[in-house]
Amino acid sequence: MAVKEEKKVLGVDRDKFRMFMGKYGIGVVLFIMIIVISIMEPAFRSAKNFINVATQVSINGMISYGMCLVITTGGIDLSVGAQLALVSCILGQFITNFGVNPFLACLIALLASTAFGFLNGFFVARFNMFPFVVTLSTQLIIRGLAQVISGGNAIPLTSETFQHIYSSKVGPIPLPIVILFVVTVIVYIMLHWTKFGRYIFAVGGNVHAAIASGVSEFWTKVGAYTISGLLAGIAGIIFTAKTSSAQSNIGIGYETDAVAACVLGGTSFAGGVATIPGVVMGIFIIGFIYNGMNLIGIESYYQSMTKGAVIIGAVLLDMVLNRKKG
Amino acid sequence: MEKKEDYILECEGISKAFGGTQALSNVQLHVRRGEVHALLGENGAGKSTLMKTIIGLYKADAGSITFEGKPYSVKGPVEAIAAGISMIHQELNPEPFLSIAESIFLKRENTVGGVLLNKKEQNRRAAEILNKFDFPYGPKTLMQELTLAQVQMIEIIKAVSCDAHLIIMDEPTSSLDSEETEHLFRTIRELKDKGVAIIYISHRMDEIFEICDRVSVFRDGTFVNSCNLGEVTKDELISMMVGRNVANVFPKTDCEIGETVFKVENLTGNGFENISFEVHKGEILGISGLVGSGRSETMRAIFGLDKIKSGSMYLDGKKITNKSPRAAIKKGICMVNEDRKEYGLCLFRSIRENISLPNLPARQRGLLINQKREKKECGEVAKMLTVKAASIEHDGFSLSGGNQQKVVIAKWFMANPKVLILDEPTRGVDVGAKAEIHSLMCEFAAKGMAVIMISSELPEVMGMSDRILIYHEGKLNGEVLREEIVSGVMGQEKILAKEFGGK
Repeated sequence: MAVKEEKKVLGVDRDKFRMFMGKYGIGVVLFIMIIVISIMEPAFRSAKNFINVATQVSINGMISYGMCLVITTGGIDLSVGAQLALVSCILGQFITNFGVNPFLACLIALLASTAFGFLNGFFVARFNMFPFVVTLSTQLIIRGLAQVISGGNAIPLTSETFQHIYSSKVGPIPLPIVILFVVTVIVYIMLHWTKFGRYIFAVGGNVHAAIASGVSEFWTKVGAYTISGLLAGIAGIIFTAKTSSAQSNIGIGYETDAVAACVLGGTSFAGGVATIPGVVMGIFIIGFIYNGMNLIGIESYYQSMTKGAVIIGAVLLDMVLNRKKG
Repeated sequence: MEKKEDYILECEGISKAFGGTQALSNVQLHVRRGEVHALLGENGAGKSTLMKTIIGLYKADAGSITFEGKPYSVKGPVEAIAAGISMIHQELNPEPFLSIAESIFLKRENTVGGVLLNKKEQNRRAAEILNKFDFPYGPKTLMQELTLAQVQMIEIIKAVSCDAHLIIMDEPTSSLDSEETEHLFRTIRELKDKGVAIIYISHRMDEIFEICDRVSVFRDGTFVNSCNLGEVTKDELISMMVGRNVANVFPKTDCEIGETVFKVENLTGNGFENISFEVHKGEILGISGLVGSGRSETMRAIFGLDKIKSGSMYLDGKKITNKSPRAAIKKGICMVNEDRKEYGLCLFRSIRENISLPNLPARQRGLLINQKREKKECGEVAKMLTVKAASIEHDGFSLSGGNQQKVVIAKWFMANPKVLILDEPTRGVDVGAKAEIHSLMCEFAAKGMAVIMISSELPEVMGMSDRILIYHEGKLNGEVLREEIVSGVMGQEKILAKEFGGK
């Protein structure tokens, strides 16, 4: 028998190093980013700035969790950006024009976005259509509906109760961060600690094996898309409260940031692999890219380019460390 | 010792490690020109690793390979084919929309000026080769119209047309029925006469004795022995492979057979008609028949994977229908599918998650999974079924075929069903794991489960079953009792004759 070779990296056993990096590699990327931006721009380090970033990422965060569930079943949800617009227009119409109680209006808006999420799931699961095609189409329908509701005009939202959703604080913490935190915990428990979460992994990992193990492909997929719709709805409410204005042209390209956060967080496009802590880190990486470059004073055109490059670089690094297929 | 020139392939002192696991350590393999050389060993013995090293998918850590008297080193299958070594993989992945000619000449197309395809010339050449092999289809037929056996034949034809001097066949008969196997053997003999050497990997002992000239045995990544097949017995080979004597090949124990648990009447569906049988508590019911005779189709329909056109099913005397596997599992009917890759495991997920997947509803605490209990019970079941893994948190990818199969069985064992259907439970599983799966089946029966086992290996069906049902072209063609087998009234030939439609 040949002697087992001990290969070491930085004084740690190579296998252990690889396992550590496989699990927390993206965290290391995040950490390095924070250090580099901190050195370049001292203002970045302040607690105020961190709270600022967390508030900003709460919208993309909400969308990303839904996207993560959907990608893990082996699909994609391109309709989330349009869902933001729909929710916004419903809120504007009901609160400003009809004078409906803001909370009731939020409930109606959430019902609408959840219903469209259900519809996405229904078409994907019942007729076995490609998720890309289904959500690409419903996206058009949803945004069209938003335009119909708003009549194409921006509707101002002056209700203070409603604006408070974005501006009020729990102690020093803005409400959107609290909502993000609560949703994170709920989604984490749902994906990692419940039957439904296991079914999502199983359906995405090997749909035939899942069915042969008694998992309902239909309800698992419908569930994932419906939750994605609901979370996009919550994101839409926060967004509208932030801008105090209902518009049908908001949320364009938001699905890109959500997909990016998922991919950075180790969500596999092949399905069946994802972790919520990973997605949280992905969300913050995206947030820090925007924030860091704003602070350093880089124009938004270059921000977009940098974002693309960082995503490719981070995923590539993750693949090299894990030696797996993206 | 023979002279060096007698060998077409010589591997010396090959070692290969993956991480901490030593997959091959200082192994050798000598293959002569024009011989069929069997490679034997349990799963994980290092056969596949050595073959993948030979065709350049892996790079050996140490050792040398000589091919046709010259030092040989390739960077991948394409270079290996150019050098004269082709491999027919166990799992064939044909491109369904390519024609036969396009498949044969894939990556070495006939072109005009290096750009445009010369389809006419390509089809003409393909037709020529196909004729030589008496292939029943023309060069323009699409690959999707061929059976698995025919796809495999195309692979062999392709290898020959590449002027391969050495062809590696990995479990070539695992999805073939007896007739197709016979045809394959004829082709192998023809190749042999032309001086082509073949490395033949198989778990089926009888085949090895029938078709191979010499055998090399591997165990735990080491080379054990090479010998001529005329000079060894089956038992000697098995003890070389496992390093111990497998005393009883089939550990069938007699358990008390109780009342009828499950009954089907005049079941008809896609691929089978008018099937009626019943299975009792504590009984192992063997199902035998040729591949495609409707055995798996019947069981898939019972389990709710396929539709039933007419007929009825009774569980514990009550009439039932299974619209989906979910419904079947709820009632206590579980099935280990023959296609382990497709229907068995979620390979990216952990052993624990795979075992508990169908068993989650019963292991909830409120809305959440009782993870402590899940971990404990899955660990126990995995241990009981001797799943070889460092921990149940490892993913399915890290397991060998036999261990993956044990995980699939483990999940149904945990479900504690009334009726357990096993479709080819030991296909592609090594000798050790096979014996363990057989003992498990006996234990299940002893616990009072009704076990239904489909198998293409007659000795297995005959060795394990209390009763055998024989399928022929979608219908039942006879029933054989254990007494008739033990007493020798029904032999292998007679059962085979029934499979082929005889009375």
